[in-house]
Amino acid sequence: MSTFRFTPTPIDGGALRAELIDTHCGGFTCFEGWVRDHNEGQQVTHLEYEAFEALGVREGERIVAEACERFGVTQALCVHRLGDLQLREIAVWVGVAAAHRDEAFKACRYIIDEVKHRVPIWKKEHYVSGDSGWVNCERCATHAHEHSHADHDHQHAHG
Amino acid sequence: MTAPLHGLILAGGRSTRMGQDKAALQYDGRSQLERAFALLEPLVSRCFVSVRAEQKDDALRGKFPQIVDAAADIEGPAVGIVSALRSHPDAAWLVLACDLPFLDAATLQNLIARRDPSRIATAYRSAHGGLPEPLCAIYEPAAGAALAQFVAGGRNCPRKFLIQSATLLLDQPHAEALDNVNTPTELDDARARLGSAPTGTPRALRVQYFALLREQAGRRDETVTTSAATPRELFAELSARHSFTLAPEHLKVAVNAEFSDWSRPLNAGDQVVFIPPVAGG
Repeated sequence: MSTFRFTPTPIDGGALRAELIDTHCGGFTCFEGWVRDHNEGQQVTHLEYEAFEALGVREGERIVAEACERFGVTQALCVHRLGDLQLREIAVWVGVAAAHRDEAFKACRYIIDEVKHRVPIWKKEHYVSGDSGWVNCERCATHAHEHSHADHDHQHAHG
Repeated sequence: MTAPLHGLILAGGRSTRMGQDKAALQYDGRSQLERAFALLEPLVSRCFVSVRAEQKDDALRGKFPQIVDAAADIEGPAVGIVSALRSHPDAAWLVLACDLPFLDAATLQNLIARRDPSRIATAYRSAHGGLPEPLCAIYEPAAGAALAQFVAGGRNCPRKFLIQSATLLLDQPHAEALDNVNTPTELDDARARLGSAPTGTPRALRVQYFALLREQAGRRDETVTTSAATPRELFAELSARHSFTLAPEHLKVAVNAEFSDWSRPLNAGDQVVFIPPVAGG
């Protein structure tokens, strides 16, 4: 079974936890990312996730393998939801089973942090105002615009 | 009496951001320096290229009449302008950066026609913010002493010099004429805008779009027949077509479902994905 998966249907944490149960393990840690009703001062009504699945699964599996190798954990699994999500739903689930708690906590933290930074997943937030926006993209585009102007102002200063 | 007008192409820059000699960059098979010189030379009484001492004999610059930088302690393009004004104190100078691929003769002719010799300088307003454009401007002989004094005060920004001088400011006939090219990304973009895609045989590539790029392209995927040699060139082409708001420095690229370098060669049938900033979790 793949250690990183995407799913279009609601995540059942209990079922995923059952996949990891192992008599060699004395500890299990889990992180669930939930859909929250606000972000950066805006009231969020729902979310939309989209992924480049072919590369996303590869990169996600690499991350889980890195965590197992680095922290010596026995079992780890990450599942990310795609499509339209309502408030309170689980967007991402990470579970780690290990002989001891310390490596389980560390590996769990490593996986969620790396997944957020490296796996090609995009989140669109829909707001109470009716607006919506791709997280990390819209502001980036604005910055790019400002940057190009600033750059132009200095264009000749250093030839 | 109006001073004779000489031309000066600035080609002594260090091209730090471009990573290669900007004067030598080619469009349509000609270097930027050759293109700029060919444009300016017919419009002025004498035309020179501004170079640093160590560039005097290089293959590109060696064949042009030169003004060699006379003061090594001045930073940036001011040194070239100071050196020219000092070398021919009775002439006015039309000073031109070499990295203006969209510059046209009409823009230069308009500057010359509307020149006011009683001012320190005649220049265009920038299309990006309205400040004077110092590197497509005419400096009158009186600018020699004024600019020398300005740089002696430790300042070296010709734009600031024009702002504080009695400069006649003109509107550009074409807004993009003075857009310059400082980075590899801007170079790709300029080549795409000039319609001179790098040489290569056109072939079909498959492009998939996600998230913001999908919305801006108005599609999930497309087959693109292009001679773009690398993802960087391909993105410049597609960005011009679809008006993407994300710059390549904010993106990653994948070829055949694996992360890739922006400069790897692309082959027929390759699947290319430009990856906007991610936001999992």
